[in-house]
Amino acid sequence: MTARDLQINEHGRLQHFITVEGLPRQLLIDILDRAEGFAGLGGGRAVKKVPLLRGKTVINLFFEPSTRTRTTFELAANRLSADVLSLNIDASSAKKGESLLDTLRNLEAMHCDMFVVRHNLSGAAHFIATHVSPHISVINGGDGRHAHPTQAMLDAFTIRQHKHDFRMLSVAIVGDILHSRVARSNIHALRILGVPDIRVVGPHTLIPAGIETLGVRVFQDLEAGLRDVDVVIMLRLQQERMRGALLPSSSEYFRLYGLTEQRLRVAKPDVIVMHPGPINRGVEIDSAVADGSRSVILQQVSHGIAVRMAVMALCAGSQTE
Amino acid sequence: MRIAISGGHVIDPANDIDAVVDVFIEAGRIAALGRAPKGYKAERTVNARGLHVIPGLVELSARLGEPGYTHKGTIASETRAAAAGGVTTLCCPPDTLPVIDTPAVVELIHQRATASGRARVVCLGALTRELKGELLAGMGGLRQVGCVGVSNARVPIPNSEVMRRAMEYAATIGMTVFLHAEDPWLAAQGHVHEGATSTRMGLPGIPETAETISVARDLLLIEQTGVRAHFCRLSTSRSVAMVAEARRRGLPVTADVSIQHLHLIDEDVAGYNSLCHVRPPLRGRRDRDGLRKALRKGVVTAMCCDHQPQDQDAKKLPFDATEPGVSALETWLPLALRLVNEGVLDMAAAIAQMTAAPAEILGIEAGTLSEGATADICVFDANAQWVLSEDSLVSHGKNSPFLGETMRGRVCYTLLGGAIVHESA
Repeated sequence: MTARDLQINEHGRLQHFITVEGLPRQLLIDILDRAEGFAGLGGGRAVKKVPLLRGKTVINLFFEPSTRTRTTFELAANRLSADVLSLNIDASSAKKGESLLDTLRNLEAMHCDMFVVRHNLSGAAHFIATHVSPHISVINGGDGRHAHPTQAMLDAFTIRQHKHDFRMLSVAIVGDILHSRVARSNIHALRILGVPDIRVVGPHTLIPAGIETLGVRVFQDLEAGLRDVDVVIMLRLQQERMRGALLPSSSEYFRLYGLTEQRLRVAKPDVIVMHPGPINRGVEIDSAVADGSRSVILQQVSHGIAVRMAVMALCAGSQTE
Repeated sequence: MRIAISGGHVIDPANDIDAVVDVFIEAGRIAALGRAPKGYKAERTVNARGLHVIPGLVELSARLGEPGYTHKGTIASETRAAAAGGVTTLCCPPDTLPVIDTPAVVELIHQRATASGRARVVCLGALTRELKGELLAGMGGLRQVGCVGVSNARVPIPNSEVMRRAMEYAATIGMTVFLHAEDPWLAAQGHVHEGATSTRMGLPGIPETAETISVARDLLLIEQTGVRAHFCRLSTSRSVAMVAEARRRGLPVTADVSIQHLHLIDEDVAGYNSLCHVRPPLRGRRDRDGLRKALRKGVVTAMCCDHQPQDQDAKKLPFDATEPGVSALETWLPLALRLVNEGVLDMAAAIAQMTAAPAEILGIEAGTLSEGATADICVFDANAQWVLSEDSLVSHGKNSPFLGETMRGRVCYTLLGGAIVHESA
């Protein structure tokens, strides 16, 4: 089953949100517009509770630790008036005992309406969506290296707020593309929204095979990759990458790929700097940039709530038909 | 029992027979082809008009579930599946539980196969003890109880010194080494081919070099040790070219590819289809076409189906957590006929690569319809169409990526040692 067939129901509405890949442009625009309404942009504060998910139960199913994503999903569900339950499941102990399907069946028996899933294996959310009862929606909160679609949407939301028109932009995604679900989802979202120039920047060891087929240009040199870009998306560098012989050291990484004010000078003057968090100061990004005027990192976090409300509301909408 | 198979189109590549002739069976053997022996009176006549009559298929790798994995299959269930697929000889790799590194395990498998009576089962013994790649297995003892070769199954032997000594020892006792070429470090956590598809899906990939580097090392060691060797399930064009070059230089090496790798490619894994999770992984279109070409040119000398039945739970997980393998015995012949229909091979060549060629690799007397040969025979209707479903699969394993597809070619009769072990109307 293609990702699109799985996600869009027979009425053309969003049933699951597993990956951005293959979704129609208008649907992404709908999510952004919806989120804008929830963000209460006039006052710059989030709206109070709305009753869109009243009586519904949302289960956050986290097989991998997360703070930001889990809490913003919780807040989003709360503000939509849903009942929320967050379960942190240690994937390794889950493996020993109950199978993933058994866990799902048990939760289904508790009459829930929506799963938000984060899992360390690529394809986990897809797997769950193909196996849950038809009335349940599955939202991917990040699966392995595959996808993190709500992150991509909140990044697109943040970009739209600052840049307005996607069709004029150059966007550089910098760092560990190989292991990054954020990079993959961002590439799909930006492509669908019409960004003509998407670049990935990093050492050969962190660029996955065939990434160009997703519609990006590959740069190994940071300065060349940043030249004249409107948006820089920095990725977190996991410390364990040093162990896999992918990089010599975090200090060398910073020397070659760390984002500093100096390096940023080749970008457009009104460039914005983004990061999905949590940031490693002095590894992939200098504090002066992270806390500087061009950084929109904290805005990303607050937009996360509005965007996740929008996605949940759209999925819940498909259930009522 | 005297059975006559009349009016069928006999294809016996080993004897260059491709004609409509009658086959006469007596005392478990082929008594004659064409004219009945003097005084022959058939007790049963199988009307094979419009059907093909070929030697029973010889499978180079069939995991049977026993011993150790009876939740995936049993020798009884999988030999029944073999009979349904026209397969009369199965070669069992040594990665059972316990491993086939002692004569007792071989004897157990032989006994259960004899008791089932639906297919012959031969075994590959372990190359190293417990397949750990450290100490040599007792290959001499394994040969005495009938092992047809030695192998470390899919467990790599990273230590080249151990591999060298194992090959030397196998050469000493005259056993063929069956090799699975995979560099464990390059393959690492991968389960799919490294390329655009693995990147898109976010699955760790296995690069082509995981196979080619291992093939290169093993070819050099084969040359050094003089052992007869067989590469199992090559998956890339590059590695078959390397084996072809070695064969030109006169090295005693052969190779096979699986029928899955001749039809499917990495893109078929899209949607995290765990039924397409196989090892080595499905490669790109170019590799598949290269394998087809190698088969046509005789560089790859045999086809196999690489039967590996799985229980339902083993495939119902996120992709990387699933187990590899395809329940393949019953789709082997129809999928080979599909290659014939697609013009990849002619019928006689396809049959040869499933019968006489694998039998030769295993060094066993099978895969021909010569007079006096054991009457292991498959009679099939090349035009009959049917739809593959979980219900239609006799195997305990329902794990086929071809479920729901229309298959062309149905096995009507399978004879083992002159006895009908499968019959479908």
